Amino acid sequence: MKVAYYPGCTLKTKAKNLETSALACLDALGVEWQELERWNCCGAVYSLADDDLIHLVAPVRDLIRAKQQGHEMVLTLCSMCYNTLARANELMKHDEEKRKTINLFMDEEPDYFGEVKVVHFLDFLRDVYGWENFKAKVVNPLNGMKVAPYYGCTLLRPKEAGIDRFDNPSIFQDCMTALGAEAINFPMSTQCCGTYQVLGNPEAALKVSFDILTNAKAHGAEALVLACPLCDYNLGKRQPEMKEKYELAGDVPLFYFTQLMALALGVKPEDCRFELNREVSLEFLRDKNLVKATA
Amino acid sequence: MPFFISKSDSDEKLRQKVKEISGENFQKCYQCGTCSGSCPMADHMTVVPRRLMALLQLGNRAALDEANTPWVCASCHACMVRCPRSIDIPKVMEAVRQLKIRDRLDRIEPGKIDKKQIADMPQIAMVSGFRKLTS
Repeated sequence: MKVAYYPGCTLKTKAKNLETSALACLDALGVEWQELERWNCCGAVYSLADDDLIHLVAPVRDLIRAKQQGHEMVLTLCSMCYNTLARANELMKHDEEKRKTINLFMDEEPDYFGEVKVVHFLDFLRDVYGWENFKAKVVNPLNGMKVAPYYGCTLLRPKEAGIDRFDNPSIFQDCMTALGAEAINFPMSTQCCGTYQVLGNPEAALKVSFDILTNAKAHGAEALVLACPLCDYNLGKRQPEMKEKYELAGDVPLFYFTQLMALALGVKPEDCRFELNREVSLEFLRDKNLVKATA
Repeated sequence: MPFFISKSDSDEKLRQKVKEISGENFQKCYQCGTCSGSCPMADHMTVVPRRLMALLQLGNRAALDEANTPWVCASCHACMVRCPRSIDIPKVMEAVRQLKIRDRLDRIEPGKIDKKQIADMPQIAMVSGFRKLTS
């Protein structure tokens, strides 16, 4: 089965390390994939106003593209794209009235009824590929690495779009355990990093992100793994700001889950684009002998 | 911030508008405070989510206008999944934001964002931020 890969805006620019490593993983796993042709930005956030249907046009158009190109499944990597596309798809499946309006509005496109399935790489691995098959592909187990999977909001909430239980999820831990790492469970793993409030209330976003990192460290995490480029920005790229503001802040290595997955699956470290992570993340991998000292 | 309950302060139009935009019946809220306890941003709000629901029930537009709550809300849905009354609180917050945004009152000015920050920030931060905080 060939899956349609939906990149979204950030994976083609600021999160190349997420895209490149994930696609290398798909190749290593033997999954046939094809980038969705003529995809457009999903809008990043799902429209919450009941009377606002115009913002659903963008994600629905992407889903129509997938249907037109003969795909049954759209695979996403960015949590925000996943959430927006999955929720738009649910609406097209279940809300007859709104579906009718949207289909009428886009009269140049074929009608859409939510036929395509939207998946995130993590639930694809669990439900389609299977953890056992996945484990069998691991050639460099990440033994002795204590990583804390950070879910954030959009992979789990609301329930209709969640890839796992919202209150006690395990899918991310299961993935890291399959790779041979020790997955650290920490209470704030599903708490929001502040997301777009980095624009509206940067100080508040910095504080919640700092709290999450502190919580993960207190539970024994050596590094954090995540799936969302905005979480990566708030929790990772803003660490220098945290160190200036909070006495207890220190550097925490941060990775996209696909980067560590790629290493475990035997992908060349060059294809993981670690140079786009912060230096502290690279140092961590050197200490663990996962990349060469010169890399 | 104390506020007084009086019939003259009760704005029925406000209640109707928020119900219409959100599609949610916030009158169901029985003030348990689970939303405020679940909210990661509550520390930074002048009025916590539970109290905002009470202001809406009362139709107190003046107190609602003063609250920074909907502008600090990150739409993370932590309140919604735990609400024992099954109120989609992020939709209510969105409706309160929309009341201002539809009057072209922007909360942030894109032109004033630091250039270096724009260069570093992922696109999804800007797309979502502008969607939520500007008209």
